[in-house]
Amino acid sequence: MSDKPSLPTSATRRRLLFGAAALSGGAFLTACTSNEPKEGSGGQAADAPVADDKPGKPVTIGFAGPQADHGWLNAINVNAKERAKKYKDVTLEITEGSNDTAAQIGQIDTLINKKVDVLVILPADGKAMTQAGLKAMRAGIPVVNLDRIFANPQAYRCWIGGDNYGMGLNAGHYIGEQLKDKKNAKVVELAGLDNLELTKQRTEGFDAALKNYPNVKKVARQAAEFTVESGQSKMSQLLQAQKNFDALWNHDDDQGVGALRAIEQAGRDDFFMVGGAGALSAMQAIESGESVLKATVLYPPTMAASAIDLARALGQGKGIGGMAEFEIPSSITLYSAVVTKDNVKQYMSTGFK
Amino acid sequence: MTHPTTPARQEGPLLDGGGPGSGKSASGGGGGSPWSARLFRADVRTLSLIGVLVGLALIGGLTKPDAFLATSNVQLILTQASVIGVVTVGMTFVITSGGIDLSVGAIVALASVWATTVATQEYGFAGILFTAVIVGLGCGLVNGVLIAYGGMVPFIATLAMLASARGLALQITEGKTQMVTIPSVLDLGERDAYLLGIPPLVLVFAAVTVIGWLVLNRTTFGRRTVAVGGNAEAARLAGIDVRRQRLYLYLLSGLCCGIAAFLLIVLAGSGQNTNGNLYELDAIAAAIIGGTLLSGGRGTVTGSVLGVLIFITIQNIFALNNLESATQQIAKGAIIVAAVLVQRRTSHTP
Repeated sequence: MSDKPSLPTSATRRRLLFGAAALSGGAFLTACTSNEPKEGSGGQAADAPVADDKPGKPVTIGFAGPQADHGWLNAINVNAKERAKKYKDVTLEITEGSNDTAAQIGQIDTLINKKVDVLVILPADGKAMTQAGLKAMRAGIPVVNLDRIFANPQAYRCWIGGDNYGMGLNAGHYIGEQLKDKKNAKVVELAGLDNLELTKQRTEGFDAALKNYPNVKKVARQAAEFTVESGQSKMSQLLQAQKNFDALWNHDDDQGVGALRAIEQAGRDDFFMVGGAGALSAMQAIESGESVLKATVLYPPTMAASAIDLARALGQGKGIGGMAEFEIPSSITLYSAVVTKDNVKQYMSTGFK
Repeated sequence: MTHPTTPARQEGPLLDGGGPGSGKSASGGGGGSPWSARLFRADVRTLSLIGVLVGLALIGGLTKPDAFLATSNVQLILTQASVIGVVTVGMTFVITSGGIDLSVGAIVALASVWATTVATQEYGFAGILFTAVIVGLGCGLVNGVLIAYGGMVPFIATLAMLASARGLALQITEGKTQMVTIPSVLDLGERDAYLLGIPPLVLVFAAVTVIGWLVLNRTTFGRRTVAVGGNAEAARLAGIDVRRQRLYLYLLSGLCCGIAAFLLIVLAGSGQNTNGNLYELDAIAAAIIGGTLLSGGRGTVTGSVLGVLIFITIQNIFALNNLESATQQIAKGAIIVAAVLVQRRTSHTP
């Protein structure tokens, strides 16, 4: 019941705000340059109180995330903590991460009892944690839902997260553009864990983008498990199966470490590779230009820093800079920028280990 | 309780006299009819496994003749089998003794992570190898002491080790991937390091297999392992120090995990806390398919290694044919059932 209607709602919201709230992968929740919100840009915009760097009303933010068992999640924690430190008026109450839904619900209950002003929740499992979000909202604590979306829009005041479909889309467009002059170009996809919805979305986006390039064909797809070990194993088999192809998209830079190792071990350099997520090691490889890795598509962990910004604005009852509205948006989908040798310097500081 | 023990005590000397005698005849000539029957039965079982492997090779050869039958693919299959293969040899000993080791994957993860920290890498090749092996042995020691002298059930003790070793691995890495920067370690996984076309990892795997086979089939240690698994009480009465034997077996499994962790470091060029994911299930499944009894008392290293090769070959064929992972998993389950059923038919074990 709550599940089905929420999907189209969030989808339309995303579409509306997709352009509006584009964030550069890096530093600030920047001024937006899209056309849509400017409809409202008139006299009132000047009156809207906007959250800026100046100290305001003190806000206590509760942060509950899953166990940081891989580099990206660890970067989420670091981004949240460092962003909170930047503001004198923000106190961050951070819980020990847990992948267990029951344990995470307990942690959120604790934060509710502590009467924090705003909650930032990155659920271990979005759908399963919906009740916890609802409970906090009913208790009068606004929730900023980070990345993994709750099943019910009533469970959060604002959702901010990455765009898995867009990630695939941008990877596909980048590869398509590189290969557009090549006849019968072959592309291989090394996907992430296949039983996750996000993997399906990434693949759908990738396929959709490739449809724009009739000369490019996806010849093989294998799913690894986001781990170095599985990346090495699946990639070496893909290399064995496909004796020549032109481009590879790998969903995740963690498993990409293994994939690059397999490519090196097989002595192959007849294609170029595009990664995903934006790990530091991947960005360093792109910068050096020595390996087949030429680009990576971001799934920026800086979203945690932005979530702290949103929570602070929420706690102080302000809107965000660069937007005309009095309040923060209810949904923000981040842009998956393509990092190449040309722009890698700009993104290097956001790379995670 | 008192009834069985009293007559057993009386039989004690008999068993003591008989134990070494039968042992000698087995190692000496293997002339006794039950022994040769056992050998023959083992052969039928091994042959059926080889049959499965040949069948798979036919499927691979028919569907992807160029890719599957290439030398580089055989090298690939053997390389990918080596990490889990070494773990499975250790697991075979533990299962043969009637135990179970659920912590193998976690130990591989912990050993690979500990051996690739910045501090360890300062000691170079030897530092990484030494740390991997010592961490493996250390975890095995804890398992062994808890089970043999602490009286804990193997399932629970190794489950606890699984949880804590994974936790410790996560704590060490904080979820980060630890890249190996020692060239001599990395080079070992490269094509240039192949000896006569055989990757060094495969050589280690082969050595562990041969040593494992010899120890299980040709030494007192091996016979004690089988005896403990067949009937621990009888083994104790026959003069075997069952506790010490169990301790050694979990140490052995830990050692195998340490070696496997080193192989994995060479293969993946890094250490990550997610390494060795679900190795426990793969190793147990391979051992059972190979013909090792889950209840203990019978074990075969050859069978286990064939079991591993069957799994890896299936994976390989599926990847070469670009099948989805969902299909792969379904087929893997079906093949486990089929392999065990085929064995039952051919070997008629009581």
